[in-house]
Amino acid sequence: MRLTASLYRTASLYLAVAAGGFRRFATYGTATVAGVFTNTVFGFIVAYTYIALWSERPGLGGYDQAEALTFVWVSQSLLAAAALIGGGFQEEVQERIRTGDIAVDLYRPADLQMWWLAADLGRAAFQLLGRGVVPLAVGALAFRLALPVDPMRWLLFLVSVLLALVVSFALRYLLGLAAFWLLDGQGVNLMATVVCIFFSGMVLPLTVFPGGLGELVRALPWAAMLQVPLDVLLGRHAGAGSAAGALGFQLGWAVVLVGAGRLVQSVATRKVVVQGG
Amino acid sequence: MAEADAGAVGAGPAPLWALEVPRRSRAVEGLRGYGLIVAMWIRATMTYRTSFLLSTFGNAAITLLDFVGIYIMFRHVDALGGFSLPEIALLYGSCSASLGLADLLLGNTERIGQRIRDGSLDTMLVRPVPVLAQVAADRFALRRLGRIGQGLAVLGWAVWVLDVDWTVGRVVLVPVMVLAGAAIFGAVLVAGAAFQFIAGDAAEVQNSFTYGGCTMLQYPPTIFAKDLLRGVTFVVPLAFVNWLPALEVLGRPDPLGLPGWVAYLSPVVAFLVFVPASLAWRAGLRSYRSTGS
Repeated sequence: MRLTASLYRTASLYLAVAAGGFRRFATYGTATVAGVFTNTVFGFIVAYTYIALWSERPGLGGYDQAEALTFVWVSQSLLAAAALIGGGFQEEVQERIRTGDIAVDLYRPADLQMWWLAADLGRAAFQLLGRGVVPLAVGALAFRLALPVDPMRWLLFLVSVLLALVVSFALRYLLGLAAFWLLDGQGVNLMATVVCIFFSGMVLPLTVFPGGLGELVRALPWAAMLQVPLDVLLGRHAGAGSAAGALGFQLGWAVVLVGAGRLVQSVATRKVVVQGG
Repeated sequence: MAEADAGAVGAGPAPLWALEVPRRSRAVEGLRGYGLIVAMWIRATMTYRTSFLLSTFGNAAITLLDFVGIYIMFRHVDALGGFSLPEIALLYGSCSASLGLADLLLGNTERIGQRIRDGSLDTMLVRPVPVLAQVAADRFALRRLGRIGQGLAVLGWAVWVLDVDWTVGRVVLVPVMVLAGAAIFGAVLVAGAAFQFIAGDAAEVQNSFTYGGCTMLQYPPTIFAKDLLRGVTFVVPLAFVNWLPALEVLGRPDPLGLPGWVAYLSPVVAFLVFVPASLAWRAGLRSYRSTGS
């Protein structure tokens, strides 16, 4: 009985943190509109390049042209939510480490990693609605996309997106903690963004990458952040076994990276020397 | 620590150099102020040298991977929109270098929204240096040399391998294209900063025109819809950044059928867009009401 009550309290705490994350980003109305505009403009530009590419090579990477264009527009919709080009919370963690405010966070009656995960999922939920829906709708109006009608497929897609968000969080949490050693995170953040853009499928779908490089990039955690949710949506993992494999791949990386985050966190907090304000 | 430095410049009594300023013209005064602030930020940047090197390298790599993406495309096709890889490299390298240059010199104007929100723009208004120079030099990011270097390297490779019938005009056109392109992107950045006075937190809109524009300009104009081409030729004249000059260098016709000499108009266009951009900036600054915080 006591256990249920405490579980309930924990759940409601993290829900409140997530709601806070959602509300915090919901207040940036103009920024959201500006972001929607940007995602839409980029969607159009990339869509034209893909049309040129796929009309030269139909079926490239296993996609027909409608599927390739779906890839473009859904990528733009997930861009902000999965923080693929940065804009997450890691700068804030780094700043708190640099100023010593992190000591206050460590005193809180909540786990540091779970606290930030809840806040980041709240942020992502807002970005998914605020910056995801409109660009995709514009893309679907302007081009012929291959969006599925099967509700089961959309449900699987949402599960896959959730896992993508956790993998993205876990990677960025490691970056945040890097500040315990580096103090200034700007350099590693930038490098991480570089890697993420290329290896997630933002530049080109990972199925288009040739040979051994292709096999490598499809096995790395960044594939779990964009390529896998898109393939789930496009029905490349039709059939229960294949879908389980795709989601299992994401879940595997999520567990490994969240675990690595915990490990680094415990090492880091043991070495914490509050630098004072 | 870097933040504290920035505050210290404005918060203390006016330094000696400031007292000499009224004797100079506005432009000289602006450039001098810009130079001093830039020098301060470069010193601050060098405090974290590893981070500086990493981020300069990262800046080059971020754009290089873009180009690797194009290279991977060319593993599957011989031409995109009728253009070969070296021809696309010419487009890619020139717009990347132009944007890098504009971003280095004026990119930080996009932080104006932040400064309006937190009220720190007020301290800039009382300093004896034009606000635009201060905003542009604010947190000057030397790491952006990374993108410029990478862009120039790709451009150099393109010029090296392309079989161009070089005339004097075409030789001159290559550096002119990079510099005029930077000025056009610069005008977009200033206009975007002015826009933030009315729209508030809308820095991303200008990203559509700068980063988005550059993404578009690295591909040949032949793959885009005619209406889009008209828009970026006559409304927001991004086509003058590199499309029109590069088409002339490559000896290719313009898809809109404009005459060849138009390619040489980039510097004029750059001037023509800078005028409304700077007027918009002044209007924006004049309409500024402090948040009072």
